[in-house]
Amino acid sequence: MLDLIVQNPLASALIALGGLALVFGAVLGYAAVRFRLEEDPVIQQIDDILPQTQCGQCGYPGCRPYAQAIANGDAINKCPPGGQSTINALADLLDVEAPTLDAEHGEESEVKTVAYIREDECIGCTKCIQACPVDAIIGAAKQMHTVIVDECTGCDLCVEPCPVDCIDMIPVESGLSGWKWDKPAPIEEQAINIIASDKGSKGEAA
Amino acid sequence: MLRVTSPHTHSTRSTGQLMRLVVFATLPGLAALTLAFGWGSLFNVVLASASALLFEALIMKLRGRPVAFYLRDCTALVTGVLLGLALPPYCPWWLVVTGSAVSIILAKQLYGGMGYNPFNPAMVGYVVLLISFPVEMTQWAAPASTLAEGQSLVGLVEGLKQIWLGVPVDGYTAATPLDVVKQNSGLLLDDLYASDPTLSNGLWAGAGWEWVNLGFLLGGLFLLYQRVFTWHAPVSMLVTLAVVSVFFYDGSAQSQGSPLLHLFSGATMLGAFFILTDPVSSAVSNRGRLVYGALVGLLLYVMRAWSNYPDAVAFAVLLANFAAPFIDYYTLPRTYGHKQPRRATEKREEH
Amino acid sequence: MGSLIKVWDIPGGVHPPENKEQSLKQPIGRVPLPPRLVLPLNQHIGKPAKPVVAVGERVLGGQLIADAEGVFSARVHAPSSGTISAIEDRLIPHPSGLSAPCIEIEPDGQDEWVALERCEDYLSLDKGELLAKIRGAGIAGLGGAGFPTSVKLSPRADHKIHTLILNGTECEPYITADDILMQERADDVVAGTLLLAKLLDYPEKVLIGIEDNKPKAIAAIEKAAAGTEIQVVSFPTKYPSGGEKQLIQILTGEEVPSGQIPASIGVVCQNVATAAVAYRAVRFGEPLVSRITTLVGEALENQRNVEVLLGTPIDYLLEQHGFEAKKASRLVMGGPMMGFALPEPAVPVIKTTNCLLAPSKKELPPPQPAQACIRCGLCAEACPASLLPQQLFWYAQAEDYEKLEAHSLFDCIECGACSYVCPSHIPLVQYYRAAKGGIRQQQHEKEKADRARRRFEFRQERIAKEEAEKAAKREARKKAAEEAKRKIADKQGEPAAETPSARASDPVADAEAKAQLRARQQSPAAQRAKLERSLAAAQDSLAKARHPLEPSEPGVEVSAEQLEKQKARIKQAELKVQEAEARLHQLEHESHAPESEHKAEPGSESKTNDPVSAAIARAQAKMQMSPEDKLRSALESLYKRQAKAEEKAAEAQREGSDKADALQQGVDKLKRKIADTQKELEEQTPSTVAEPSSASRHTDDAAGIAIERAKAKASALETMSADDKLRAQIESVKARLEKARERLAKAEAEENENVEAFRSGVSKLEDKLKQLTDG
Repeated sequence: MLDLIVQNPLASALIALGGLALVFGAVLGYAAVRFRLEEDPVIQQIDDILPQTQCGQCGYPGCRPYAQAIANGDAINKCPPGGQSTINALADLLDVEAPTLDAEHGEESEVKTVAYIREDECIGCTKCIQACPVDAIIGAAKQMHTVIVDECTGCDLCVEPCPVDCIDMIPVESGLSGWKWDKPAPIEEQAINIIASDKGSKGEAA
Repeated sequence: MLRVTSPHTHSTRSTGQLMRLVVFATLPGLAALTLAFGWGSLFNVVLASASALLFEALIMKLRGRPVAFYLRDCTALVTGVLLGLALPPYCPWWLVVTGSAVSIILAKQLYGGMGYNPFNPAMVGYVVLLISFPVEMTQWAAPASTLAEGQSLVGLVEGLKQIWLGVPVDGYTAATPLDVVKQNSGLLLDDLYASDPTLSNGLWAGAGWEWVNLGFLLGGLFLLYQRVFTWHAPVSMLVTLAVVSVFFYDGSAQSQGSPLLHLFSGATMLGAFFILTDPVSSAVSNRGRLVYGALVGLLLYVMRAWSNYPDAVAFAVLLANFAAPFIDYYTLPRTYGHKQPRRATEKREEH
Repeated sequence: MGSLIKVWDIPGGVHPPENKEQSLKQPIGRVPLPPRLVLPLNQHIGKPAKPVVAVGERVLGGQLIADAEGVFSARVHAPSSGTISAIEDRLIPHPSGLSAPCIEIEPDGQDEWVALERCEDYLSLDKGELLAKIRGAGIAGLGGAGFPTSVKLSPRADHKIHTLILNGTECEPYITADDILMQERADDVVAGTLLLAKLLDYPEKVLIGIEDNKPKAIAAIEKAAAGTEIQVVSFPTKYPSGGEKQLIQILTGEEVPSGQIPASIGVVCQNVATAAVAYRAVRFGEPLVSRITTLVGEALENQRNVEVLLGTPIDYLLEQHGFEAKKASRLVMGGPMMGFALPEPAVPVIKTTNCLLAPSKKELPPPQPAQACIRCGLCAEACPASLLPQQLFWYAQAEDYEKLEAHSLFDCIECGACSYVCPSHIPLVQYYRAAKGGIRQQQHEKEKADRARRRFEFRQERIAKEEAEKAAKREARKKAAEEAKRKIADKQGEPAAETPSARASDPVADAEAKAQLRARQQSPAAQRAKLERSLAAAQDSLAKARHPLEPSEPGVEVSAEQLEKQKARIKQAELKVQEAEARLHQLEHESHAPESEHKAEPGSESKTNDPVSAAIARAQAKMQMSPEDKLRSALESLYKRQAKAEEKAAEAQREGSDKADALQQGVDKLKRKIADTQKELEEQTPSTVAEPSSASRHTDDAAGIAIERAKAKASALETMSADDKLRAQIESVKARLEKARERLAKAEAEENENVEAFRSGVSKLEDKLKQLTDG
């Protein structure tokens, strides 16, 4: 046996490599079957990151369809409501470079808004109700409509269809209950600020 | 009205103050070094501190930061002092400057400056020099008490000449006690103590060295008293070193030196109280610091006994620096209201 | 009466300069009646009280002006007689500097009071009555957090209280309000303590814990408590011994488990001042309208404790004590360790205002610039909760919320000991507060996103269903018509060979079956996915509900009530999870069963309707059907009946049957009914929000609030003059009219179905414009 191997180095090398390939192929094949994932969890994970405004600015009819599209290789920078933080989170999840927001789909806005219907002007046409992706507008034909603020995602899809332009996007007031302490300025900055301005007179840094 | 968050009052301690305390605490050790080995260490410390501050200022300037504000925290000064103490006396000036450049620029500022360096800057500088310039780095001066009749320590002018101009002083060097033990593994320790001048002139850990270590011990105790750091890491390191060396000590030729030799020779006390306690690169919790200290003690003994280096505080500390984040993961303290200490990786606790 | 209680040590802690003597030199003082009293509706933790008076009304001292809303709330009373001059948003003492609803009283100086209900023999009353009295007096914790006291005094039945602790620690520097109260009114404190002990069924241990830096208070309380079962325990001064959790550890050696309330380990902790006012409420019927507040700091000429009416403006109070604004470095409500800087001095004193600190710039200098953290660990040494503040800081900087929670951020009591010792002067506590707020906000947003997702998916499904139904209807009608035509042709060509009714029903059944099959084909996959998601969501909310309530401030603790609520929430979430699981299960079963049923019995007329009704039943099971859906299904069946009736009628006519007339009548009747139903359906369609979403419960509420808020905002924003406003309004209406006209023209050109809507919009705008220009 040993002689055989020594005398035919080429053949034995080939056999050894082939054997290894077979063994590992079998192991991998078994693993693929044994540990197969039932559903594609990536779509779910992507969907969890998306802001669920269902605004359609990405060109898909809602967040989940966009999640699906991303999983199939679409760009991750088409979500203006999520903004850069969502893009970063997606890039992190998918392990790709984080691009900047695609301006074609809109701009990230700093303030969160909700729709508000000026009710004395509403003619009760139900168009906004049909446009709302999350059923956050109530009302009936010929009756005035109103927005459930808690459910409104601020997608502004209802603004365009309104024939009398009675829908405004107003910024959300956070109020006392939503108030929180700000994170202090970065430490490096604090030092520079203090030095730059006259020391002692400046206390806002903290 | 001023809008600031609580607390509105603050203790008077500042980082700069803590660092100055550390510098003061090195004085007994530095004094012992100067008494035992001459002006060399003092030169080193002055030169290393000055160059460290210079490099710090330079980098701060380059980074567009307020120089004075950052120099006032004294961390660069501490790095320079510690590097100066670790370098052999009368080593050439460029060695010292290179060391502090590596310490400040490479090991500290390139990682983001104060508070962000994963490794002890002084020890990085020391190790880079030790690896790059082994000859210069292994020439330690002979202690005063071992000198023959009529011979004296290197003088001030002679020393400066050697440092700045490279004019060699003849025969001022001697093997350190740890060198002696390492290089004479064929002899019994008792014989070594009898024959080697450094060891025979000392009480238990070599002439000069034991006083240097006592000096640093004194400084360390002062810092402990001042609550600059907690006792956990130094005590854990010293105890581990002592226990391991007792375990391997039987006085025979194979023996690696007595516990007293290990505790009071080389850079043991400097390491335990001034290097190990560098908070930035060590473990954070008290339990973590116990583990960290023990790791350094163990590594130190292993390397002293079985590696090519006679002393290895720098290597031991740097290796433990590597392990510090890992130690932190598993040594979170038990928080009020929790039965078990948590893991840093643990998700939210379920109730 | 020396203490027999073992005193335990707590980890960490700091010893800031005490600075208590300044304000203890004088006895409790009083201030003259201020020109106005502003009483915020929310001076406590929980829901704001609801005003029960109107602007212009005259009120007497002690009169109820705002009632508690729910259990987690506290009443507000008029501190003196006068007129209600406003009920509106005012600046309140809060670190945000925001406004909140307040009642303003203009005192008339008479100080007339309502008759107070005294009770000599209060200890013979039963617990319910006593609690009602305490609740009626609007008492909330006076220690700083303002927790409604009656809630804390009614622990859950399964929490056996063995220790009542009265907190007289007052570990914060500068504050001496409790100290002087214990010195001067020790009897009230002791009587209050005994009252609370009775309310808690006489716990085995009743302790009053006082730090050893208040020897006078200890002596006074010991004297007053002589002969009672109360034990006065003094322990070494250390900040923050007065934190509720820390005090419990000092006096019992036990720790309150993370996320739970002290009652869970059988301890109830109350502030000494709270006990005193509870006693006065029960004994003398006095509502909580004043409190003792420490006025201290070098920017004040006169430093002392005063008993001050709630609602007294702080600037007025400071003025009375010679406040020099120029000298002051800041104005702090509460102590220097945990108090917050008031952005504005024109705010009222509230139930939790235990101290007003006006330090000079020398006394409390402005914060120094922060340096980088060197992880020295002094903060960890100081932390009473054994956290690692340096690590928390690291992660808070990076906003790594997962790591923060792993490092027990929510066990931080925000005592400030870490910031106090930090040699790099890092505002650690602010980082933690911001991070806690960030985590809460993130959770809130996640919840909202989940809800939006569910609503969106539900809507998609509804639309898909509607479309499938419409398509089925169209197909059925088409087939029926074709069939009828064919039959007529058949009949003309070759006389009836077989009963046509049996054949006629077939295409109908086919169409229905097809539509159904389509609906189902799409449904099992889509529905399954949806149910799985809703299961996940339900599990998520279960996990969330299980997540403990995190008290955000050290003094604040989670009450039994809150815990109860949370349990209910958990239960609900669990039920939801079960339900979702069951539904998923059911769906899996059903997706097989009806198919076989359908295959087995096609064609025969009597059973044609079965799959339809089965489908409807299934739909009903899957979601509580909205009225709209019900109508739709009714319409569906009506259409079918109509088709069948029409066929029968046609057949009868052809055969010349005498039943033809009657059948025709039936058809007509059905047609009418269909028209009615359709109308009804049309009316129903827009109100699409009848979903079983959790939010729809408070739909009307939320909407109402939104409208009001927006309206208020609009009016607030308009600061322009009336003329300008009018002009701007006309401008905007004109622009809109222009746009609307354009659209109308476009719609007319395209013969859009919405022409009518556009037209009415234009006319409405025209009207408005006219109105504006006329006015």
